[in-house]
Amino acid sequence: MSSERIVVFGATSAITQALARQYAEEGASLTLVGRDTGRLGEVAADLRARGASETTIQRFDADNGEQLTAAVDQCFEAGNPVDLAIIGYGTLPDQAACERDPEEAARALATNGVSVIVLLLALARHFEAQGHGSIAVFSSVAGDRGRPSNAVYGAAKGAVSIFLSGLRARLHRSGVHVLTIKPGFVDTPMTQGLALPQLLLSTPERVAADVRKAIRRRRNTLYTPWFWRWILLIIRSIPEPIFKRLSL
Amino acid sequence: MGAQELDTSSGLLPWGRYPQRPQTAVPCHWKDQIQGLLTEHSPGLLPFGNGRSYGDSCLATNDRVLHTRPLDRFIEADWETGRVVAQPGVLLDEIIHLALPRGWFLPVTPGTRFITLGGAIANDVHGKNHHHAGTFGRHIRRLGLVRSDRDEPLTCSLNEHPELFRATIAGLGLTGVINWAELQLRPVRSAAITTRTLPFPDLDTFFELSAEHDETHEYAVAWVDCAARGRALGRGLYMLGDHAEDGDLSLPRSRQRRFPVDPPLSLVNRWSVRLFNSLYFRRGHGRDAPHRVSYQPYFFPLDAILEWNRVYGRRGFQQFQCLLPEPAARDALRAILESIADSGSGSPLAVLKRCGDRPSPGLISFPAPGITLALDFPNSQRLTHRTLPRLDAIVREAGGRLYPAKDAHMSGSDFRAGYPDWERLETLRDPALMSQFWERVLP
Repeated sequence: MSSERIVVFGATSAITQALARQYAEEGASLTLVGRDTGRLGEVAADLRARGASETTIQRFDADNGEQLTAAVDQCFEAGNPVDLAIIGYGTLPDQAACERDPEEAARALATNGVSVIVLLLALARHFEAQGHGSIAVFSSVAGDRGRPSNAVYGAAKGAVSIFLSGLRARLHRSGVHVLTIKPGFVDTPMTQGLALPQLLLSTPERVAADVRKAIRRRRNTLYTPWFWRWILLIIRSIPEPIFKRLSL
Repeated sequence: MGAQELDTSSGLLPWGRYPQRPQTAVPCHWKDQIQGLLTEHSPGLLPFGNGRSYGDSCLATNDRVLHTRPLDRFIEADWETGRVVAQPGVLLDEIIHLALPRGWFLPVTPGTRFITLGGAIANDVHGKNHHHAGTFGRHIRRLGLVRSDRDEPLTCSLNEHPELFRATIAGLGLTGVINWAELQLRPVRSAAITTRTLPFPDLDTFFELSAEHDETHEYAVAWVDCAARGRALGRGLYMLGDHAEDGDLSLPRSRQRRFPVDPPLSLVNRWSVRLFNSLYFRRGHGRDAPHRVSYQPYFFPLDAILEWNRVYGRRGFQQFQCLLPEPAARDALRAILESIADSGSGSPLAVLKRCGDRPSPGLISFPAPGITLALDFPNSQRLTHRTLPRLDAIVREAGGRLYPAKDAHMSGSDFRAGYPDWERLETLRDPALMSQFWERVLP
């Protein structure tokens, strides 16, 4: 049994829960960070029953920059190194609402983009100092190219992906691994009510298993399930004059 | 895990895929959502676990079900005492996965591990060890219940709110939404089962074998050849089992296949059943010496094929499971098997078991001392209008009853005669909840 120390930001999401369960079964020690402490408590109890050696919960609000940095400092406070940090919180904004209400768009960009980058900057300092570990971040295939149906969400995720490739190069020198995770359609509460193509729909458990493997192998970018790499390769290679006429 | 998940996007159906009334899933991911959803979708809502009830007992009258499968968290597990507290959407499969490597197993194991804890309680399921352990509900120590007419969840046990506790066990999800339950597991020393198979040429021999061996073996069940007639009527294989005393506790690597298509007609028919059954009966010979098998093929042979219910084609199937009190059971069983063989319907999956006298706390629990017979029938006009009414008449005359979890046809008067405590359950029903089954059998 390992007793890896793992910090999960956004620990109540369906995918991070599935991922945390897999680490809990191996006896990991988990710090769960999120907004709703009641729900974090439910997740923590579940992970302990499944074999986690230790669980701690910590409240933070992604939209509050100061809290965010404080939360990160607290994770490293005990002097314990963090072996793995997972960032998996986010919202799925309604594109139409964002187009009507710029405030809505600003909030979506802040939560899914800016806050993640600020959090990563805070994490990077600590990881750089400790000189080992992995940072795994949930971006999205939506960040690979802007589409009219989710341009705001895609822009936020795209910003995260771009930042991560810079961060990876920076932390590589310190021996810290950075993983960019790009899931396709996953059946979770976040996508509930959307008409998603069943054939392309994956489960949180399957995505979690892919992520674990990618972390073990210290991969740079993970498309999950695998076929999204090829779908996005095609989508990215369509020339803009044609792309703008497509209704994707 | 994950492979047995339901696709909720096109509507949920019962396991028998009959009645064809797709249910809209209202998913519940957190226990703090239950109360609100209950009020919002009231009345006519019903909790729905993993969709393994065969008929309309899992269908809501407003065609909207509170899907509790996403409530799949453990709350506490004590491996010293074998007590597990969990949310209602946890699958029995997940409990085994966690408990077995630590030396614990389900106290009662039904025929599929892909049912939820909440569903196991609401239907008070039983297994091959009913003659020793009784029903699943006997091993539930406490449970939490969210009701639309209460602000706070209730804790129910034999001491606290005992009436509601007894009504919730086998209560078909009608008394409220279970938000947690505490289950007492049983210790085991091995993941293996020691089993023996004893062929019997006719029904009388089954009764002799059962009288001789049930007491000394934890698990006992018989497969019966429902296509055999004449002198071979009621022939079958009597299968005994016990948890092995030694060996390792590791989980087997399970290989699962998915039944891939919806055949336009049922693949289970008079010819395929006759062929399968005679081969299966022959294969059961020469295995009477004790040998070891993994718990998975022993308890869950059908779970190896996901979506096996599709084999019956688009029209689906119905299961008939009756309980026949002794001493009337012997003649009634003979009459039932004769009717089935005459009808040329029936499936290879016919199971016979003697239930024991351990009482369930449940108000309308199905098992009771006597013999239970379960088998599937491909759906047809003939089944509804001729075969099932004939079988119902035999059960009625023998003073028996049918199992609501498996049913899509029984008459209200048969139900009420078989379960005289139904009225107490009706008075304790949560006004927000109503199933199509319950509406059908109420006067």
